[in-house]
Amino acid sequence: MNPTNPTPEGACGTPDHISRRTLLRLGGAVGLAWLTPVSRLLAREAEAAPKGRPARSVIILWMAGGPSQLETFDPHPGSKTAFGTRSIRTAVPGIGLAEGFGHLAEVMGDVTLVRSVVSKEADHERAVYNMKTGYRPNPTVVHPSIGAIVCHELADADMDIPRHISILPDQWPARGGYFGAQFDAFQVQDPRGPVQDVANPLARERQERRMKDLGVVEASFGRGRPADLDGATTLHQVTMARALRLMGSDQLKAFDVQQAPASQRAAYGDTPFGRGCLAALRLLEKGVRCVEVTLDGWDTHVNNHKLQGARVGILDPAFAALIRDLKERGLMDSTLVLCGGEFGRTPQLNPLGGRDHWPSGFSVALAGGGIRGGRALGGTDPEGGKKEPRDPVTVQDIHASILHTLGINPAKEIKTPVGRPLALSDGNVVRELVGG
Amino acid sequence: MPCQETVPDHILMADAPARATVSSGGMRPAQRERMMPWVRNAVFVGCCLVVAGMVAGRLLRRAPFREPPPVTSPAQQVAGFQPVSERVDAAQAGEWNGAGVTPASRAPDLVLARRLSLALTGTIPSLEEIRAFEAVRPEDRVQWWLSHLFEDRRYSDYLAERLARISVGVENGPFIVYRRHRLVSWLSDELRKNRPYDRLVRDLITAEGIWTTKPQVNFVTVTIDQNNKEEGPDEQKLAARVSRAFLGVRIDCVQCHDDMFGDRWKQKDFHQLAAFFAGAEMSMTGVRDDAAKPYEFRYLRKPGKEIVPPRVPFHPELLPEEGPLRQRLAAWVTHPDNLPFARTLVNRVWALLYNRPLHQPIDDIPLDGPFPPALQILSEDLVRNGYDIRRLIRVIASTRGFQLDSRSEDPDHPVAVEQQKLWAAFPLTRLRPEQVAGAILQSASLRTLDGDSPAFTRVLRFFQENDFVKRFGDIGQDEFDGFGGTIPQRLVMMNGELVRERTKENVFANAATRIGVVAPDDDTAVETAYLATLTRRPTPVEQRHFAGRLREGLTLKRSGRMEDLYWTLLNSTEFSWNH
Repeated sequence: MNPTNPTPEGACGTPDHISRRTLLRLGGAVGLAWLTPVSRLLAREAEAAPKGRPARSVIILWMAGGPSQLETFDPHPGSKTAFGTRSIRTAVPGIGLAEGFGHLAEVMGDVTLVRSVVSKEADHERAVYNMKTGYRPNPTVVHPSIGAIVCHELADADMDIPRHISILPDQWPARGGYFGAQFDAFQVQDPRGPVQDVANPLARERQERRMKDLGVVEASFGRGRPADLDGATTLHQVTMARALRLMGSDQLKAFDVQQAPASQRAAYGDTPFGRGCLAALRLLEKGVRCVEVTLDGWDTHVNNHKLQGARVGILDPAFAALIRDLKERGLMDSTLVLCGGEFGRTPQLNPLGGRDHWPSGFSVALAGGGIRGGRALGGTDPEGGKKEPRDPVTVQDIHASILHTLGINPAKEIKTPVGRPLALSDGNVVRELVGG
Repeated sequence: MPCQETVPDHILMADAPARATVSSGGMRPAQRERMMPWVRNAVFVGCCLVVAGMVAGRLLRRAPFREPPPVTSPAQQVAGFQPVSERVDAAQAGEWNGAGVTPASRAPDLVLARRLSLALTGTIPSLEEIRAFEAVRPEDRVQWWLSHLFEDRRYSDYLAERLARISVGVENGPFIVYRRHRLVSWLSDELRKNRPYDRLVRDLITAEGIWTTKPQVNFVTVTIDQNNKEEGPDEQKLAARVSRAFLGVRIDCVQCHDDMFGDRWKQKDFHQLAAFFAGAEMSMTGVRDDAAKPYEFRYLRKPGKEIVPPRVPFHPELLPEEGPLRQRLAAWVTHPDNLPFARTLVNRVWALLYNRPLHQPIDDIPLDGPFPPALQILSEDLVRNGYDIRRLIRVIASTRGFQLDSRSEDPDHPVAVEQQKLWAAFPLTRLRPEQVAGAILQSASLRTLDGDSPAFTRVLRFFQENDFVKRFGDIGQDEFDGFGGTIPQRLVMMNGELVRERTKENVFANAATRIGVVAPDDDTAVETAYLATLTRRPTPVEQRHFAGRLREGLTLKRSGRMEDLYWTLLNSTEFSWNH
């Protein structure tokens, strides 16, 4: 229906991704004659496969609710803003982390902190949108999140499972925006259990009979309609073939962390988030482009120190184990890890011992993707007097920098469905951060 | 037991529990008391089954209901809409002629019933409704169906949710001071009374008081920044909503700078509109107006803030000179001569019915045209008839264009893109998630799931929170994106809980099982399943194929075969698309 439907070759969930061979095999075995036009549509798959390009992927550790910079990556022990928060030394002299980050401190040499992120959004929903897309909410258009951009811009070899995944999604998981719902993150819960809606308990012949029967109904709907109805408009049969392929794929095992060695699982921590980080690593090894893993509970308007500390206890082992494993597997340069939330928290404590929303100087941590580690850029006023941080970096600048490390030109303009061209990011690449 | 005599033969032969009922029917009370609990249960189950069978059996009969459904003559209910539909027909025929495009033929009546149910209630017709629809004289069916839907609570509930999305969006908004569901309920009550649209909008723009007792106030309070409550309602967000939702202009694009794509709007146009909301403040008694509070803004490349006077961006002559600011603004927005207001509603109602707006983008209609002729004709009629939403729906639904098929009768010359563009064939569009959920639930019941049914209400009222809708992927406010289906959608339909629960063996809850039990023969079972899911009868090929499936010597139980038939129909393109 929509002529601007942007499904370039090699993007997530496009027809190009369905293996022609699998489909033909499927078609032969099940007698899915009605699916063959689809397989013809996929004949370009071999040509579309990229050659000799290093895989590039992103893991986003999403700290939902807004972590306190003061109790995580930007502690000011002994200052007016600390209210008792202490700092620990790390492997990098001069860079301290808040108490509780014992594991991350050991791998600090691979991590770079940006302690001066600023935005104009202090409401959760708007700030999440801002942080995930690099744009402020705008009723004219829905912007794609980083993962959707990466999937859209970087061609891929053929695979069974979706390449944009959100583990433990909260109410605002990463979206495809103007690229379309087929670029939305594929959502999965705690990877301890099976992936939802993928299990098919039916006996093989019953499933095959259903698929054959469906061909009869599809044929009757197709009468009097354009021959390329499915490929050009509905994508119904195309996505169904993809779903079938996913359901039968060995790659699904990547989601199941129970198959990883016990020692590895222990390193990430016995938590849903820890398992999510391990699953992210396993998915990346299969070729997934972007995984978002959410750790909720940072919105500490009450009892800030205790609640933040509990979250740190979950984040610390998982983040550190992920960096170690990426390094050990030689994936560090081809993977960018970003850890952060929608905003930070106020330097002052409120009467309930909580910290409120603070978009004017908060922290994110980055690792891998060719970014030199062991650094801390920018900083906030330890006494909380000055609102503006030193060397402020905007949210859109973070986005531009991430795209840059992935070899994507942030200024590239996309013609959106409403007809207006938009840059992938309107920020500037922070040279100090990415080098070059 | 009286039911013994009235149960049709085919139900008695259907299965064991029914026979058990019959055999225990003649017992004396004393005997009954001695019955073992399981026997009592069997009797209870059996009785329920027989009653269910009677209802289902009646619906399954091919013959229509004996008593005619309550049809008031369309002419009595609505006067004078037909000439307007005909003017639209003439205008569209002119466009088709000019472009050398042949329109598709008229869609079958049942297709029209399905379209209208999906558009106006968010679900498909029930088998019960289909029987009633077909009992009406063919020439009266569409008008009767519209009257039937308008009187249904589902209509006002569904339209209220759609209008709420336009006026306050889908955000949960600021906790405590915002109650979205109150606003939706209020809208639904007003739509049920068919309150004129201009009055609804005036209420929203001028609302005062507490968001719980005066639900329309939520239009204002949704814009409050939770972190900055003392700042009160956000004038800029309100101005953006008013211009987009009610006037079909995107003045908010010039919030930060003058128009860069044309010279129509200046930055001050937006902020002068926002200035009408400057006085709206939070007080102990909810939203109130403080007439003395000015709106201040620092324009681009200006040294400092200045007081911005309230002014409207076009048709200044329609703005009342006296009165409180928001009242003046509301009067201007809804002024009969302010045609952009009427055009915006026409475009939205058109989109509601077709699942595609007449002018795209839906909220960016040029003030000076050119307009599609239908937009002009319908807008003028809307104003003349006091912003009567039901009349507008009736006029559009009665046009030849709306009643065209989405396919060609000649398979060798399928529908072409050009035909769809010019509305010379009904556009094929993806159903919204809540429409799919509503259709699954309805197809699992032979009776109509109306507004009082808990399952249906849950899907509609809370479709934002609904697990199925979430997994299927709520499209939020970007209503008409024109994208195709997705993998998670196929997974949730193929393997998800909702479809599995509503198609598996359950003779009380699921139509799939019941049809298999009470249908007199396999052909009827197949036909009934098609009517209940796809609102049509099977083609001869389909009929032969699926009746054969029910007959063939498989080890699978009959309920399992009916489940398979239902699964297949629910997983078809046809089920998930509006056509």
